[in-house]
Amino acid sequence: MDAKEDLDVKIGLEVHCHLTSLKTKLFCRCPADYYNKEPNTNICPVCMGLPGSLPVLNEQAVKHALAIALALGSRVSQKMVFYRKNYFYPDLPKNFQISQYDKVGGLPLATGGQIRLKDKVVRIRRIQLEEDPAKIVYEGSISTSPYALVDYNRSGVALVEIVTEPDLTTPKQARQFLQKLRAILEHLGVCNCDLEAALRCDANISVRGGYRVEIKNIGSFKDVEKALSFEVTRQKMLGAKRGMETRHWDDVRGVTISLRVKEEEQDYRYFPEADLPPYIITEDLIAETLAAMPELPDARRDRFIKQYNLPHQAAEILTSHKSLADLFEKSIEKYRSPLRIANWLISDILGYLNRKDLDPSTLKIAPEDIAALARAVDEGLINEQTGRNLLLKAATTGKRIEQKIFAEVSKIGDEATIKALVDRVFKENEKAVKDALKNEKAINYLIGLVMKASGGKTDPHITRSVIVAKLKQLS
Amino acid sequence: MTNIDLRSAKRLVEAIRLGEVSIVDVVEASLNKIKELDKDINAFITINSKKALAAAESLDTKLKRGEKVGALCGLPIAVKDVISTAGLETTCGSKILKGYIPPYDATVVAKLKEAGAVIVGKTNTDEFAMGSTTEFSAFGPTRNPVDKSRVAGGSSGGSGAAVAAGMVPLSLGSDTGGSIRCPAAFCGVVGLKPTYGSVSRYGLISYANSLEQIGPFAANVDDCALLFQCISGWDPMDSTSYRNPPKVESSKICRRVAVPKEFFGEGVEDAVARSVWRGIEALKDGGYVVEEVSLSTLDYALPAYYIIAMAEASSNLARFDGLRYGLSLKSGYRDWNTYFSKCRAKGFGPEVKRRILLGTYVLSAGYYGAYYLKAQKIRNILKTQFQQLFTKYGLIAGPTMPTTPFKIGEKIEDPLLMYMIDINTVPPNLTGHPAISVPVHKEGELPVGLQIIAPYFCEERLFQAAKIVEESLRRQ
Amino acid sequence: MPKRTKLGVSAVKHLAWLTRIDLTDKEAKEISKQLTKILNYFSKIDEVDTSGVEPLYHPLEIGKVSRSDEPTPFPADEILKIVPSRKGRYVKAPRIA
Repeated sequence: MDAKEDLDVKIGLEVHCHLTSLKTKLFCRCPADYYNKEPNTNICPVCMGLPGSLPVLNEQAVKHALAIALALGSRVSQKMVFYRKNYFYPDLPKNFQISQYDKVGGLPLATGGQIRLKDKVVRIRRIQLEEDPAKIVYEGSISTSPYALVDYNRSGVALVEIVTEPDLTTPKQARQFLQKLRAILEHLGVCNCDLEAALRCDANISVRGGYRVEIKNIGSFKDVEKALSFEVTRQKMLGAKRGMETRHWDDVRGVTISLRVKEEEQDYRYFPEADLPPYIITEDLIAETLAAMPELPDARRDRFIKQYNLPHQAAEILTSHKSLADLFEKSIEKYRSPLRIANWLISDILGYLNRKDLDPSTLKIAPEDIAALARAVDEGLINEQTGRNLLLKAATTGKRIEQKIFAEVSKIGDEATIKALVDRVFKENEKAVKDALKNEKAINYLIGLVMKASGGKTDPHITRSVIVAKLKQLS
Repeated sequence: MTNIDLRSAKRLVEAIRLGEVSIVDVVEASLNKIKELDKDINAFITINSKKALAAAESLDTKLKRGEKVGALCGLPIAVKDVISTAGLETTCGSKILKGYIPPYDATVVAKLKEAGAVIVGKTNTDEFAMGSTTEFSAFGPTRNPVDKSRVAGGSSGGSGAAVAAGMVPLSLGSDTGGSIRCPAAFCGVVGLKPTYGSVSRYGLISYANSLEQIGPFAANVDDCALLFQCISGWDPMDSTSYRNPPKVESSKICRRVAVPKEFFGEGVEDAVARSVWRGIEALKDGGYVVEEVSLSTLDYALPAYYIIAMAEASSNLARFDGLRYGLSLKSGYRDWNTYFSKCRAKGFGPEVKRRILLGTYVLSAGYYGAYYLKAQKIRNILKTQFQQLFTKYGLIAGPTMPTTPFKIGEKIEDPLLMYMIDINTVPPNLTGHPAISVPVHKEGELPVGLQIIAPYFCEERLFQAAKIVEESLRRQ
Repeated sequence: MPKRTKLGVSAVKHLAWLTRIDLTDKEAKEISKQLTKILNYFSKIDEVDTSGVEPLYHPLEIGKVSRSDEPTPFPADEILKIVPSRKGRYVKAPRIA
């Protein structure tokens, strides 16, 4: 897909973000950490929807959601009201979801706000707090399993839903938006976005003012781009169905599939949840949250530009991955070579991660090692390329870099390093080169210069052959 | 120990404390009475004999050792079957919950146990508390102990009848639109709907959650007050329960009673009006000033109540789908839509289906504003009018029910006719105010209840007034 | 203002679908009659002027009610043992249509 603005396309996103830093679920005291637990071990009467159970709001969840709202510059409601969204589904223990709503008198946590992309402002419509449904799994294949299995461990975990206006015009922009949002959430420390299903997304898209199509079940950022690209092409070719259609993204086949018509006949019958009194969001709470607000990606980017003289683009890329930006800052704390390190992290490390479809937070590379590598290159111990190779090796193996490797690398006779040194010596000693071209014995002088430049570490034999080869080229 | 009178909780507690009777004696007497009478009355869905006796024995032991046993000191108590009891089947009078054994106690049940009460059984109710006669129970109607051909009222008919028949001194009901006060009036006992938020709803299986409260039944006002004290108070598990109820200053207006003429509208039987005025006269004799007033919105309380109650019910009862508890269908339905639909069709009775369907309708797109929203606005008007009235008067009084208990089967065919009898009981549920029903009929007549309504958290004021009525009529 | 004189059989069937209650044609017909009658009674509320009145969803204002973020796990097996149909520790459900 072209990254250019496609004025025919309007895309809006609905992002669901787990508040993974919480200790308990949204409305009960079950642990919020449901990962890697035996099925249905993390449940209680409330999140199983047992008759007679009642929800009680987790105060910390309000604070985390509020931090998100304030970070996006949203207008926080003075009072938020929970609504019931009524629909039947086997993953919904009460057959209604406690959520929020912005129509029929509903007051979500916040409305408005925006996220700035490079050349685009994406407006936020609303931000709300709600509970997550349970997880349905199938034995064997989804299409052949005669029944579904429900695990309620996740049921009731706190979600923040962030809904955008349909301001996005390309699938790529959608991806950039999500990347930015993710960086903000990570900087706020409210969501560990790497965890499975911690960040999920539904998209709606209309092409050339046609009917709106909703795409559900998009698992990853890459898939958002793929699913939307598929949908743009599909709609441009076939048009959209009358009324609002809901389609599912099938990530295996890489296509969207229309849901059965009957499931579309949803009438959610939103109405206020009387079991939860309206929650007053006080000025004090807002002030407290603002005071505790950490540095956000945009501010951090600007600081990187100012403090480390990074180019805008590099600062932008680094700060759109919190762990990468953290690694950067920790590394230059040990050895201040911001440009080189930024460059390595962006082109080598991030490039590698992207190829492997890995997240920067999975990196196990020590900032000390990055610093040492940068220092070794700056001191001419190894050349730039060797530095990069070693860095990549450390990133792939997860092993620490030992100091002696720099010596070994050169003693064994790393040709690339020697070539680089030879190039430098040739450049700096034009007269000696001329002499050597005329007089073979003068070669020894050049070898001496290279040895000196490397602190005596270059292999003399290789150095000689490199110099001879170079002289041959020049003659 | 056959001659233990179970009609006074206070006297029983005294007798137990003095060692005149043991707790086992009292609980056995209660169980025997249930065995003897309940074939005809059908107040109980589940009788908890074994566990009750075991609990009684252990309480007796505690008592002998001089340990604390709580204010209810081994009293047998009956609990409406919409209140969750850990390890004891809780059906809501519905087939869909047949066999459901809750894994936890409702907060009120935990409080009862703490106060030393012994739960002897779960009482009959209209299915999910939806009804005014207990005829809509999947386990058959409860018969009125006063006249077994007549209804006991509802939906807490079992709890009302159990006290009226002397099977237990105390019982718990729930009141969404009169479900405690109606059977109290029909069976001739005392019943209280507390202020919304003063008794925890945690474990009460919701019918209409913004309207209902758990409350006590007793044969007399003092016992009713005693039980209310034991079950009320803040509960961190119920976000709508009050932590610090406002202190109510007593003032001159406390003894001023407003009697809205709308409470005596068409449909109020002469016999009812006569008895109710007897009760009101008793208040006058007790030093209260009584004035007739008009509260025009009362006429609209009933439709507003039913719209809101049904809307909430349609959502509250959605969870009963046959997956996690209760009824499940064995024959394999391949898709869940069919399974849910078949299960709910089989598990719910006709009145519950009507209310769920209509509740779904009033919430659905296009009708929300005209019904649900409008009803909630009327609710606000009503609350404002009540609050205004309470700036001049300390209490509001009138007939609890417009009629005396009628014959079983008389109104069951006409849902609307059935709804109409709730006309006087629903207003306090809409506004959240506390209301009590106290018997005012003459000995030998069919029971009639006087309803008294008070400002928020003024239950004490209700007990005072009700006690004056009770004592005055006992003297007559 | 929607016309509220009749709740026909097809409307009843749609509601029954929305709330997942299987109704036979005969039941739907009977219920249609009953609900229409009740709805007509409900329309009495039209007589009240509610302009400028806020709806009252919660009878009493309570303010801010929330709890701390401290976990108290519940004995999950107590809940699992009442589940009618299970497969291992999973709750068994009919499949999605």
